[in-house]
Amino acid sequence: MSAAVGTDNFVVGSVRKLGQVTLFLASLLSQCVPALARPRLVVLQIYNAGARSLIIIMLSGLFVGMVLALTGIDLLARFGSEDVLGVAAALGLLKELGPVVTALLFAGRAGTSLTSEIGLMRATDQLTAMEMMAVDPMRYVAAPRFLGGIIAMPLLVAVFDIVGLFGAQLVGVQMMGVNAGTFWSQMQGSVHFDDVWEGIIKSAAFGFACTLIAVYEGYNAAPTAEGVGLATTRTVVASAVLTLIIDYLLTAAFL
Amino acid sequence: MTNPDAPDIAPSVLRAEADNGFRTGTQASASPKDAVNDTIVDVRDVHYGIPTRPIFKGLDVKVRRGRITAIMGPSGTGKTTLLRLITGQIVPSSGSVVVWGQNLADLNRKETYELRKRMGMLFQNGALLTDLDVFENVAFPLREHTDLPEPLIRALVLTKLHAVGLRGAAYLMPGELSGGMARRVALARAIVMDPEVLIYDEPFVGLDPISLGVILRLIREMNEGLGITSIVVSHDVQELATIAHDSYLMSGGKVVASGTPKELAASGLEVVKQFMTGSDDGPVAFHYPAPDYRKDLLENEE
Repeated sequence: MSAAVGTDNFVVGSVRKLGQVTLFLASLLSQCVPALARPRLVVLQIYNAGARSLIIIMLSGLFVGMVLALTGIDLLARFGSEDVLGVAAALGLLKELGPVVTALLFAGRAGTSLTSEIGLMRATDQLTAMEMMAVDPMRYVAAPRFLGGIIAMPLLVAVFDIVGLFGAQLVGVQMMGVNAGTFWSQMQGSVHFDDVWEGIIKSAAFGFACTLIAVYEGYNAAPTAEGVGLATTRTVVASAVLTLIIDYLLTAAFL
Repeated sequence: MTNPDAPDIAPSVLRAEADNGFRTGTQASASPKDAVNDTIVDVRDVHYGIPTRPIFKGLDVKVRRGRITAIMGPSGTGKTTLLRLITGQIVPSSGSVVVWGQNLADLNRKETYELRKRMGMLFQNGALLTDLDVFENVAFPLREHTDLPEPLIRALVLTKLHAVGLRGAAYLMPGELSGGMARRVALARAIVMDPEVLIYDEPFVGLDPISLGVILRLIREMNEGLGITSIVVSHDVQELATIAHDSYLMSGGKVVASGTPKELAASGLEVVKQFMTGSDDGPVAFHYPAPDYRKDLLENEE
């Protein structure tokens, strides 16, 4: 009986939350065009979410590329196919690791920053003050951050992929002795625009989902220190889970 | 003797404000209905509650044009909630809140925003935007609601900052200000659009005597010099008594006494006497409802 009630509560709660997020998204989208009228705010948020995440993205990209080359060459050597290391690394990075790892890092770096910043603005009455000055915080605070995150994510993924490929060739070509010409020419011959496109679509979807969650959680955080902390945690957890679910769905769709 | 530092606004600034459809203190718009009815805010038989408890049980408050109205009451009586009702941030479960003849519950978001442009609000903690410096905080409403040229915005902002004595702090960030300074900047921001009504939420909390005196003087000057109607929510009886024209004392979700501060001080009502004298013994219980003290202490031993 109590388990049934618990399940009911979970289902009702989930549906309610989904409805709230959908309404929030509708409100957010309606404010995106007016927010674009102030490009300075959007550019500032691209800088905050994008440029300030560059170091962690590049460092992670480098090591992911290097590990990919190490494991790849170990596997391929068993079949005598070390020549296709470039293709394996490129496809792995472009289609999967680039978008997914960047999204997870984005959630941890930029997502938490967005949630805590907006949550603290709520806790310190800054959002209410805007409301009182007849300025819609959805337009001034939420929409520019949402747009900034959506624009920054594909750019970060591109940087991750490029640095990752550099890391892969560093290990594969410079350290493990794979022929440089083979590494690059195989990649050029076998990686098609569809593969790149898949990565772009994924990065846009992850950017949309992660930024929406971060902005929503911050905007609706309880106005206390604990509330902002919990909202920040929810941002990371929900972004990570949603990223992996969307990744599965999109990978299946592109097959 | 004229104070050389006294804030002055160049006639050209005032003319430009008018040209841009911008209200000045003397130009405060008033509909014919307002002119007949001197009441700007009329809270009638308002009931409101949160899931855990009722807050208002038939609240009646009137705010008259050009006067300083004090809303007093012990902590937790819903003073800030009343401000949220008056500004349309929340709607009552029954009763009505009428501002400038318009029932706030009937207004859509755009209409509520239009109404708020005629109001200024000073928050307890200042609520300055932390990513903008002092100048940009004060300029914020101007940039959002007017198309004034930059030199005019600069002149207006510096004028308002000068009025609160912080022209020299124009380029500091909010984090570099003391509590009293932040509140004065917030006051400059609240008056930069020349509102008809200024709402102060606990303006005296946590201020040193000098800052408190400055804020008191500014509230009085805003009222006397610019004719701004003021609503001051506070529990600092002594401070309010020096500036308020009308006072309301709230307790138990209702107004228990109203009148001038002098009338309140002379009231024979127990709840009023307790509040005015700061006694912990009276109708307003010091202790939150709890089981018997002795029983509670000995419970574990038994």
